[in-house]
Amino acid sequence: MKLDSKIPEGPLAEKWTKHKFNLKLVNPANKRKYTIIVVGTGLAGAAAAASLAELGYNVKAFSFHDSPRRAHSIAAQGGINAAKNYQNDGDSVYRLFYDTIKGGDYRAREANVYRLAEVSVNIIDQAVAQGVPFAREYGGTLANRSFGGAQVSRTFYARGQTGQQLLLGAYSALNRQIASGKVTMYTRTEMLDVVTVDGKARGIVTRNLVTGKIESHAGDAVLLCTGGYGNVFFLSTNAMNSNVTAAWRAHKKGALFSNPCYTQIHPTCIPVSGDYQSKLTLMSESLRNDGRVWVPKKVGDNRPPDQIPEDERDYYLERRYRSFGNLVPRDVASRNAKMVCDEGRGVGPTKLAVYLDFADAIKRDGEQKISEKYGNLFDMYEKITGENPYKMPMRIYPAVHYTMGGLWVDYNLMTNIPGLYALGEANFSDHGANRLGASALMQGLADGYFVIPYTIGDYLAGMNPSTDKVSVDHPEFKKAEQEVMDMTKKLLSINGTKTVDDLHKELGKVMWEYCGMARNAEGLKIAKQKIKEIKADFWKNVRVLGKNEELNQSLEKAHRVADFIELGELMVDDALARNESCGGHFREEYQSEDGEAERDDEHYAYVSCWEYKGPGQEEELHKEELIFENVKLTKRSYK
Amino acid sequence: MNWLVNALTSTIGRKVLMALSGLFLILFLVVHLVGNLQLLKSDGGIAFNTYAKFMGHNPLIQTVSILNFVFILTHIFVSLFLTLRNSKARPHGYAYVNNSSTWSSRNMGILGTIILVFLVVHLVNFWGKMKLTDFGIGSYVEHDTTQDYLDLYTTTKAAFQDWWLVLLYVVSMIALAFHLSHGFQSAFRTIGVNHPKYTPFLKGLGLAFSIIVPAGFAIIPVYMFLQG
Amino acid sequence: MKLNLKIWRQSDASASGKLVDYKVDINPEMSFLEMLDVLNEELARKGEDPVAFDHDCREGICGACSLYINGRPHGPMQTTTCQLHMRHFKDGETIIIEPWRAAAFPLLKDLVVDRSAFDRINHAGGFVSVNTGSAPDANEILIPKTESDEAFNSAACIGCGACVAACKNASAMLFVSAKISHLALLPQGQPERERRAENMVAQMDAEGFGACTNTGACSIECPKGISMSNIALMNRDFIFASLTSKPELKVSEGA
Repeated sequence: MKLDSKIPEGPLAEKWTKHKFNLKLVNPANKRKYTIIVVGTGLAGAAAAASLAELGYNVKAFSFHDSPRRAHSIAAQGGINAAKNYQNDGDSVYRLFYDTIKGGDYRAREANVYRLAEVSVNIIDQAVAQGVPFAREYGGTLANRSFGGAQVSRTFYARGQTGQQLLLGAYSALNRQIASGKVTMYTRTEMLDVVTVDGKARGIVTRNLVTGKIESHAGDAVLLCTGGYGNVFFLSTNAMNSNVTAAWRAHKKGALFSNPCYTQIHPTCIPVSGDYQSKLTLMSESLRNDGRVWVPKKVGDNRPPDQIPEDERDYYLERRYRSFGNLVPRDVASRNAKMVCDEGRGVGPTKLAVYLDFADAIKRDGEQKISEKYGNLFDMYEKITGENPYKMPMRIYPAVHYTMGGLWVDYNLMTNIPGLYALGEANFSDHGANRLGASALMQGLADGYFVIPYTIGDYLAGMNPSTDKVSVDHPEFKKAEQEVMDMTKKLLSINGTKTVDDLHKELGKVMWEYCGMARNAEGLKIAKQKIKEIKADFWKNVRVLGKNEELNQSLEKAHRVADFIELGELMVDDALARNESCGGHFREEYQSEDGEAERDDEHYAYVSCWEYKGPGQEEELHKEELIFENVKLTKRSYK
Repeated sequence: MNWLVNALTSTIGRKVLMALSGLFLILFLVVHLVGNLQLLKSDGGIAFNTYAKFMGHNPLIQTVSILNFVFILTHIFVSLFLTLRNSKARPHGYAYVNNSSTWSSRNMGILGTIILVFLVVHLVNFWGKMKLTDFGIGSYVEHDTTQDYLDLYTTTKAAFQDWWLVLLYVVSMIALAFHLSHGFQSAFRTIGVNHPKYTPFLKGLGLAFSIIVPAGFAIIPVYMFLQG
Repeated sequence: MKLNLKIWRQSDASASGKLVDYKVDINPEMSFLEMLDVLNEELARKGEDPVAFDHDCREGICGACSLYINGRPHGPMQTTTCQLHMRHFKDGETIIIEPWRAAAFPLLKDLVVDRSAFDRINHAGGFVSVNTGSAPDANEILIPKTESDEAFNSAACIGCGACVAACKNASAMLFVSAKISHLALLPQGQPERERRAENMVAQMDAEGFGACTNTGACSIECPKGISMSNIALMNRDFIFASLTSKPELKVSEGA
């Protein structure tokens, strides 16, 4: 298979500008003859649907939620990066590019990342014009903060709910187009298959989640903006309904899946408290600006934290990383927490937690000041745990948060299936092996507002809008509908002994144990075997009650978990094939003596691209070599 | 004029009608109370009867009193429309409700109905009799001329010898107090008056008003009853 | 801890429903929705239809979860149901769980209602008309911090519908006013301020929500503490717009 990333020629800073000029345009009168299908209406999807409709295309947008405003983009707390350099502190497009490429452990494409940094400034302008209430200074200008260890203040924020405010901005733009009739919105409608005709994506098959009706929708291009797959771990900070189904079904139709093993584990989450737990709650990383992370020096020290004297505490991040201390990037902070807990020095009832202590900060700045900065987070912590973090150090533990992997796309965000695009977290493109804080919102909006409106024209201009039409009566649509119905029928007919959640939890435990924060070949092989067993168990013993023709939440979950199981297998394969440690992929065999990740740039500076070969078959690995012309690959050191 | 009809038949438009008519009636209460307090003067009713005569003959007051009826009817009918709409907005109620709002804010309709019943009795007793039947004629001398007037004072005094009527008045004034305690500040919110500097003052004023004015009204029958 | 649950069960929009009794034995550290997860797992094991309810982020921000718990939307604390923990209930307590009730929120199944009326109100004007790419530099629009903070307070609405559920009139005024105020308080929202107020209120009325009687239950029950002052601002905008807005001029764009 030939992988053409379509990265434009020329100097890095001119690539996007030149590329925009070289892309074909669609005549304004012709735009109304095309229909674009957008699946998922979070930041990337809503931004794309609105922007494309503004250009004059007809858009059909789909969401499994009851409203586009509920997409999980809403839960992002910290902020959004942009190279505005409003603070005059040395930021630039190049610096944002450099930080992102380095933060991604040199496993992303230079050209994509540079473009992301370049359009980041437009995103802020657009969001402000929509009425997004970013934090401001008294003079009326926008405020910034430094986030996630960045050395410049380039993060724009809206208290602790930047995600919600940006999503409401994109949602309002989408609403305007729905009102104008250019976007037809389908809510409570889940995509269950992509339909290709003559090798091109021509539509989707959906299930109406209220009536169960299976329907087809035809179009000239399909955009998957369906988010990440962190819920493969069962417990994650993702929303309960976040899933991989759209991306996975596209993968099974031929779209390559890239870097599935790159999983971001966020260091500051509220620890698991019991087996019943349904999801994990993230607390903003900004807490590490003032909180000090520690565990007792002694193994098995069960004293309450206030009775452990200063010299018997191990501030392990400050000890090991002199220059960055508590502000090391997410992957490093997470891995270290796991390390000290593995040594038996974890705290709290489950011993799977470390302290995040604000006592010094409160002593230094006063409770008032700390409460101004983090009041909402402290309240949230107290609400969930019933403990007061002003008096007792918080207990935190890493949790799965974001998935850098996703559908392979070229520079135009098109997958290897012509006409099928992937945007936002659903694609693999910009974060390499590790995503920096406040970059997810940036990428989703960049793809939706400022990349796809240009690049999709190039594809559509190559089609004849009048003659090149496919209707839902085409046999390929009927075939796909039948497959979806068959799978649904099968799920409903097994009537076994295990609930969908039982099996999902089993999968999650295997994934977390063997393919979580640290992996090794031996464990991954065990995982592979175990997932195979879970898969067999699922198709023999799952119990899905009710019928298709109703609102059936167990059936929805069953479809999603079936896909998670298959994805789990692929993640393990990918983790096994990557014999190095980089970013969100830490292979225990590949670390330095002091436990730092060791990359192998000579052999693994590539994007892994997996091709589906049919049920029960091993997937085939293709490689897109990463070429670095502008940055020097260095060891990521935060010492 | 289509726009006006649209605006006034919208939910907010109707609420504005409720608020404006309510605010007018609040003003009326002040004037009425000032007059009624003349009953407490121990001058054998001269001050009160003079006031009553003025009210009965001044053309401006006459116009206002017609408006007063218009506003009372507006207040009643618009509230009926709104109540009907509101009950349609929740055709299937809850099995169990644990309210967090104040009792009076939820029961303005009941309070209003009590006030309406009172109003009918009150009007039949005084205003109706005054207009339709013969009152005793009193007279007094001012600037060497004899002035005739309807002796409303004596009628009032007689009426308030019935304990049940006094009780009805007192109960109704309590209902009015609760009605005002919500209505006063609610009316201002409905017409869009809101400012962090002035809203607390308006709320305080509303509370004071809703206690002082009904109390002022209630004192009169009690006082006259006790006076005997 | 052991709990007695009375949950509204209704198989679909047209069926008749009733409160059904269940018993659960749970851990007080669970969230309310995790308690329902436990119940649903037990029901599924017994071959009974699990209780359908809307939920997603379980972080108190997406606004998907609802539930009228013991007579109050989102239960006894001022938070979303997903952030409500069982330690706020007593062992042996009976908990009544009902769906949001409003004509404008038709019931779909069990505890799931259709809140798309909120979306349609937003379609009517809950936006600033600015195409992608046509924005000026972000710092060209100066906004005083206090105004911006106030607009943020209005924009914090998560669209869960608790205000409608709490209101004795099933009125949506708090929700609608929060959106109108958010944009009315910002310079970006001024050009369409009158149109927005008129159109959104008209759509709110068309959806069949009740009228506001200022009881304030909406704001007391709102998990995000949206203030009643938004309602005053909306009323003012609506009155002003009704009295002063001019009809659109018919203009020819020329060839």
